[in-house]
Amino acid sequence: MVQERQESGSNVALEVQGIWKAFPGVQALADVSLQVRRGEIHAVVGENGAGKSTLMNILSGVYPADRGRIFLEGNEIVPANPDHAYRLGISIVHQETSLCTNLTVAENIFVHDMPTGTGGLIDRVRLHAQTQQAIDLFDIRATPETPVRNLSVGQQQLVEVAKATACQCKVLILDEPTSALTDHEAAILFDRARRMKERGASVIYISHRLREVFELADRVTVLRDGRVVGTQDVAQTDTAGIVRMMVGREISQLYPDKAQERGTPILEVRNLSYGDRFHDISFDLHRGEILGMAGLIGAGRTEVALAIFGALPGATGEVLMEGKPVPIDSPEKTIELGISYLPENRREEGLFLAMSVQANIISAHLEAFAAGPLMDADRERQEAQRFVDVLSIRTPNLAREVLNLSGGNQQKVVVGKWLSTAPKILIADEPTRGIDVGSKAEIHDLLRKLANDGMAILMISSELPEVLGMSDRILVMHDGRIMGTLPAAEASEDAVMSLAIGS
Amino acid sequence: MASQDMGSKAVRPAHDGAERKVPTWRAVLARIMRVREAALVGFILVVSLVLTLLTPTFLTTQNMRVILTGLALDAVIAVGMTMVLVSGGVDLSVGSVFACSGIVVAKLFNLGLPAWAAVSGAILVALFWGFFSGFLITKVGISPLISTLGVMGMARGVVYVITSGRVLAGLPDGFQHIGQGTTLGVPNVIWLAAIVVIAGDFLLRRSRVLRQVFYIGGNERAARLSGINVNRVKLGVYILIALLCGIAGIMETSRFASAISPMGTGKELTAISACVIGGASMAGGEGTVLGGFLGLFLLGLIRDGLILNDVSVYWQQLIQAAILVLAVAFDVLTRRRRRV
Repeated sequence: MVQERQESGSNVALEVQGIWKAFPGVQALADVSLQVRRGEIHAVVGENGAGKSTLMNILSGVYPADRGRIFLEGNEIVPANPDHAYRLGISIVHQETSLCTNLTVAENIFVHDMPTGTGGLIDRVRLHAQTQQAIDLFDIRATPETPVRNLSVGQQQLVEVAKATACQCKVLILDEPTSALTDHEAAILFDRARRMKERGASVIYISHRLREVFELADRVTVLRDGRVVGTQDVAQTDTAGIVRMMVGREISQLYPDKAQERGTPILEVRNLSYGDRFHDISFDLHRGEILGMAGLIGAGRTEVALAIFGALPGATGEVLMEGKPVPIDSPEKTIELGISYLPENRREEGLFLAMSVQANIISAHLEAFAAGPLMDADRERQEAQRFVDVLSIRTPNLAREVLNLSGGNQQKVVVGKWLSTAPKILIADEPTRGIDVGSKAEIHDLLRKLANDGMAILMISSELPEVLGMSDRILVMHDGRIMGTLPAAEASEDAVMSLAIGS
Repeated sequence: MASQDMGSKAVRPAHDGAERKVPTWRAVLARIMRVREAALVGFILVVSLVLTLLTPTFLTTQNMRVILTGLALDAVIAVGMTMVLVSGGVDLSVGSVFACSGIVVAKLFNLGLPAWAAVSGAILVALFWGFFSGFLITKVGISPLISTLGVMGMARGVVYVITSGRVLAGLPDGFQHIGQGTTLGVPNVIWLAAIVVIAGDFLLRRSRVLRQVFYIGGNERAARLSGINVNRVKLGVYILIALLCGIAGIMETSRFASAISPMGTGKELTAISACVIGGASMAGGEGTVLGGFLGLFLLGLIRDGLILNDVSVYWQQLIQAAILVLAVAFDVLTRRRRRV
């Protein structure tokens, strides 16, 4: 499809001019202007807090800009709310899933236009058929009647995408859509995005995974600190070039050096099983090592982690720490012993959204900040400030509700919370999901430093480059079983993937 | 580890001039926490002003004593209700547990038991109901709404079984003196309320154990994964509120030298209204004892004003409920402003 060089009116699907948006304490967007052409996949990248999600929220009607104008196919629009934006033709898949978990797949996908029959009643037959089409299209493992809350995060994300593409929208915005998807699911998504491009619609694609940007996008716009740094044709730039625009400096090495030698085993897992979720899981974790846990979404890795952490009552088997059996019936006990779990789903399992940064950081061991029966506000504040500094958490102050922080900063708060307990063993479940290059590197450096200081780290990740780059050894799971363990030297994408898919 | 300054404007937490930053942060936090309480004090002053102009007898010691005595036992209950609301739950059984203890103490006296036995028996009954609610909520897994609704009915049922609808009186003078007497010129019930409210407010703000209640109300799943023993804390909260209801019920019987079957009816609505007006959220995770007390005081002032101005008692319920609706609406609207 030939693209016009000039930005003539008829070629531009969506244009924003001079958008400004401020939140208390933060100028999120400053004078942002960009144009998205018809039939183009336009990537928007930027560091944590650069303003990408803010811009998308404005476009999709979640809140208005302070200043600036939006034009859709040449006509100025002011999206009053998400439903209005949807009807105008702008559809969005948010970074964090926004489905109604009490409803079914069908009810979620067609929330905007339920097929109706006579008298305005819902036409269940057509609803079922259309939903089934969407399910087949996205290879979702569910039926139209499956309650969304029963689906994994990855599957929910696919439902979210199906919902957004159910309309014949003019502009589809995908905000970090693949962070919860496997490579296979992501491939399906890319195929759908290309189809949209073919029929003349536009896709705005936000992602930290630059590999995807190069695979999928035509042009890329880089945001930094709420401003547009520049827009480039993807064909005329490379990863280093984009990263340089994003962070304003070089990132010379993507992953820190690995461990030179392995410490003694600190954790021994023996024959851990839980119903039909996982069977007979046995492995060792050594001091000073980062053990990566790879596998497709649904392989059971998070469940194994929860079991070790004591949050899966009913799991059978044995867990030994420093040779002694660990009671795995409650997180309270395992935390005391020095095991921490950084959850996969930070909003639902890691954060107290309505509470302050400080309250969140101290939440895993309040007794450490108490003088006798009473809390000591000075110690609380000191600890919170320590981690805000160490992790470079961007917040105007410690009292800020974490609800108001960007996704990456929220993740850093959760990391700080767990590091505050000075664990001997850290189970990190997707520690850099939905985080930009700069912060990812910070967290990777941090994990490696912790390991070098003796911490044992079990890192679950669905991002193959991260697993390969960070792990000293890789454990691969498939369908509830361990398929194999690879030392770093023997690990390659192919080796890991072939184990992960069960061959 | 700290990344270079990105050139962003208002976002770095300043630790140059740290001494300057600390009081500012404290002042900001204090201001945030006080907003609701300050607003309430403001409302109370406005209402007092209006009522003083309408009724000359309003701003007298006598009238103030009447108001405070009237709300003293509700204040004791409201302290517990604040904690329950902060935990993300609710307790509809407060009026019934209050009544059950009040009736049991009278009955035990009537049966000839000595004071210590009668009072202990009544307290144990309250603790039982609290434990029962807590058990239903934590172990059986029934929602607090339904669990306490059930206890509300059961405890009231026990009251009727014990009384068969009759009034229980004939209480020893010594016992009556506790609820009716004064110490240093202040009625004992007011002393009780003052001690419970002040201790409750302090502990809810500062005690480590009660701090956990905020986390549970904020995000129960995250609290569990953070190592908080959610079931134990919740059970404790429901037992605590029941204990407070029990004490209040015993005081009421003492004060009126009798116990009647419908005593305590409607106290759950008063307590919940007061706490919500005071800033507690039905969703959990927020609330202060002081706020609950101020809410109760405001409601008490208004009711007193209505009575002094000869407003028919039938209007009172309408007006009090309308205040609750306004308070919740105000609460929800201000919450929405904060959310990004």
